[in-house]
Amino acid sequence: MTAAVNPKKLIKGGLHDWEVVIGMEIHAQVTSRSKLFSGASTEFGAEPNDHVSLVDAAMPGMLPVINEECVAQAVRTGLGLKAQINHRSVFDRKNYFYPDLPQGYQISQFKDPIVGEGEVLVDLVDGESITVGIERLHLEQDAGKSLHDQNPTQSFVDLNRSGVALMEIVSRPDLRSSEEARAYVTKLRTILRYLGTCDGDMEKGSLRADVNVSVRKPGDPLGTRCEIKNVNSIRFIGQAIEVEARRQIAIIEDGGTISQETRLFDPGKGETRSMRSKEEAHDYRYFPDPDLLPLEFDQAYVDALAEGLPELPDAKKARFIADYGLSPYDAGVLIAERASADYYEAVAQGRDGKAAANWVINELFGRLNKEGKTIETSPVSADQLGAVVDLIGEGTISGKIAKDLFEIVWTEGGDPRALVESRGLKQVTDTGAIEAAIDAIIAKNPDKVTQAKEKPTLLGWFVGQTMKATGGKANPAAVNALLKAKLGIE
Amino acid sequence: MTSLNELTLAEARDGLKAKDFSAGELARAHLAAMEKARGLNAYILETPERALAMAEVADTKIAAGEARPLEGIPLGIKDLFCTHGVVTTAGSKILEGFQPHYESAVTHNLWRDGAVMLGKLNLDEFAMGSSNETSAYGDVVSPWRRNKSDTKLVPGGSSGGSAAAVAAHLCLGATATDTGGSIRQPAALTGTVGIKPTYGRCSRWGTVAYASSLDQAGPIARTVRDCAILLGSMAGPDARDTTCADLPVPDFEAAVSRGVKGLTIGIPKEYRVDGMSAEIQALWDRGAEMLKDAGATVREISLPHTPYALPAYYIVAPAEASSNLARYDGVRYGLRVPGKDIAGMYENTRAAGFGREVKRRIMIGTYVLSAGYYDAYYVRAQKIRTLIKRDFEEAYASGIDAILTPATPSAAFGLGEKGSGDPVEMYLQDVFTITVNMAGLPGLSVPAGLDAQGLPLGLQLIGRPFDEETLFAAAQVIETAAGRTKLPAAWWA
Repeated sequence: MTAAVNPKKLIKGGLHDWEVVIGMEIHAQVTSRSKLFSGASTEFGAEPNDHVSLVDAAMPGMLPVINEECVAQAVRTGLGLKAQINHRSVFDRKNYFYPDLPQGYQISQFKDPIVGEGEVLVDLVDGESITVGIERLHLEQDAGKSLHDQNPTQSFVDLNRSGVALMEIVSRPDLRSSEEARAYVTKLRTILRYLGTCDGDMEKGSLRADVNVSVRKPGDPLGTRCEIKNVNSIRFIGQAIEVEARRQIAIIEDGGTISQETRLFDPGKGETRSMRSKEEAHDYRYFPDPDLLPLEFDQAYVDALAEGLPELPDAKKARFIADYGLSPYDAGVLIAERASADYYEAVAQGRDGKAAANWVINELFGRLNKEGKTIETSPVSADQLGAVVDLIGEGTISGKIAKDLFEIVWTEGGDPRALVESRGLKQVTDTGAIEAAIDAIIAKNPDKVTQAKEKPTLLGWFVGQTMKATGGKANPAAVNALLKAKLGIE
Repeated sequence: MTSLNELTLAEARDGLKAKDFSAGELARAHLAAMEKARGLNAYILETPERALAMAEVADTKIAAGEARPLEGIPLGIKDLFCTHGVVTTAGSKILEGFQPHYESAVTHNLWRDGAVMLGKLNLDEFAMGSSNETSAYGDVVSPWRRNKSDTKLVPGGSSGGSAAAVAAHLCLGATATDTGGSIRQPAALTGTVGIKPTYGRCSRWGTVAYASSLDQAGPIARTVRDCAILLGSMAGPDARDTTCADLPVPDFEAAVSRGVKGLTIGIPKEYRVDGMSAEIQALWDRGAEMLKDAGATVREISLPHTPYALPAYYIVAPAEASSNLARYDGVRYGLRVPGKDIAGMYENTRAAGFGREVKRRIMIGTYVLSAGYYDAYYVRAQKIRTLIKRDFEEAYASGIDAILTPATPSAAFGLGEKGSGDPVEMYLQDVFTITVNMAGLPGLSVPAGLDAQGLPLGLQLIGRPFDEETLFAAAQVIETAAGRTKLPAAWWA
């Protein structure tokens, strides 16, 4: 698929504009209790080598046995990526020597992956959206970890991660900027988290990216790519692409050529460094693992898993727009996390969807961000926020009071309706009381009254005074109407 | 009277049950014979304390009337089967001193049924060899000698220790493994019976891997019945090996006396190879006659892809081996030879730890899997494998019940006689057995006579998948007709 070149996405070079072309291999750790081929636990944070079975340590005569839950998770993910599910796939051995690879090979899928072509719809900030092609998804074992800082002369090995299931999700080179790349990973992460197939926790290494970057003059064939290995945050993915694209452009504009190689991104120095050239690339000698039979299942198995899938982000977004009258932007913000979307729906249920969205996005998310909290740890529950929205809707409190009420609920907790009663926050709609207040203000400020007749915008000052006098509880519509009548403003 | 160690396994079992002798006496008779036979180098490790302790338990069980199927039967274990707390070397220096924390599925099944472990048997290093001359723990010497000769002969391989120990009465039976002929060829060379069951009949869990898609465990014993009894205990489903068949184990011993009346035996013409000796041809013809005499129909068949089996095997098996043996890197267990960095440690460890034949096969395997060679070698070899399998399927579909072939191209040869210059000379030992592994079928080798120099020769029976029973029935007919081969006097003791 070759999309038309978007001039806004091009990078300015010294000579002309350049288009950057990006494809990604995302390694997503499968959410499962035990490893891909052994019964050892996948729990994070254990003491080194606490979660190692005889299989993980590659003891002589040990054999892998596929973990069916990992297979189901891969199929669910494939369905979430609208991808072809392959009813027959094959596990291959990828052979190389490394101390944290006890078997001397990684069990992976090479020629026949469990999931084939699919796609991901990615919304960009400017309201535009792109479709990123997925080439394949396959299951493979993670490696262990070499610890180089435990002993002055030796490296130690922690095999807790050895054999944990990963899904490698390979995209087509459909991305054209670092923004698109970041948006793609963000969206993919959202989908995985909705599906519950990967927790997407990049700090724990549950999601890592190998980023393939090349540059070309718009319209030219693809340039030579470099692969940046193991980038572990969305921000770094963006930075790595930027610096790598500029490095390649500088080389080409200087008359040089790009050599295909594997590079590492150093976020501290803001540069990529060569790790190994194409000539030094391993010959992995892939061949089908003779210890494992081909993985086979039927359509009924896939259908049963499809049945159990949750509503996915794209569908949820469309529904939010249709059912709650939200803007695509607001809907996009709300569905980014399944927990947020659920929270929103609980608030919006039986209420004004837009008002609920405003409160969730502006007040709640704003406050959560400020305090470094998440929707799961929000001090204000959906019921509480819903009650606040109700109180505004029925005219019991004003929008301004509502914000104060939200603050009270956030810090002190409690039933918003009861709080309105006990703290006397009820909106004053009794025109007699409001009139009395207005009359007092008019009496005290004859000059302002004169001015207001010439400059009707001064009405705002009177509104402010009236609200102040009534402790903010006066119904703003009533205040406006009464003031206009008494000041003789049209 | 015969010494206890010269009984057959079935006789010993019945004698124990009748309390003619105790399991302790039986074990001690074997331990004594083993001590005298150390010159044969059949055992890498003798485990007398364990043997006597297990025999004591057996005697208690027998006394209590709770005897299990193999109660008190002393066995030798090929040192490719991991045994809990007992050093397991695979015949290699790289596993010197390695003590598994686990018991292989096959040996676990034997101990579950009451068998007694005498020790760990010598073998070609990582089961790679056909003469037991590649072991890091020295050559095994066959108890057989040519007439009027004291030339030391090989017992065959890779289960050379198993075959020699069984032939020399150093155990009642032994476990063995067969990747290209490693049970059947040594059995044929030592006048013993060996069966490689269908791929998937025995679990591979806990057995050191050579070539995973071909490796299969089986017994070597002195009679067809003894083999049937042992396989009955060794076999069975195991969820830990996904290539192990989820099938119940038939009563193999019952099949031994079934006879061959009404069966159709195929004689594959492609096995009549160039340069086959008249002796082997005559043996083969005699075998066919024996089966015919017992009521079977014998018919010539064609297995056209047979000539490609050996070259294809020497691509597939080394390819898998090169990967299977990557784990012996000096990091976690076994030998470690330090180096200036990690790559240096790997190189030094593997250079010192692996012998010549193992290195050769790792290099062949690495080569055939390399980029640019994979399709030309590995992929084509796999296609040949499919064709070989189809040859057999067509033969069986045409009404053949079992196939009769020679087990080996010749009788036992002298130590150092073969393969020192050209390894293919040694590889040709398995020319009749390798097709069976490539097709995953059961194959059994049974002694059928002696050659002019007085050395045993064997015939091979090949069966349908998971039809070991027919092989036991047909082999019993040959054993009965040919008579059991009689070992020469114990020159080694």
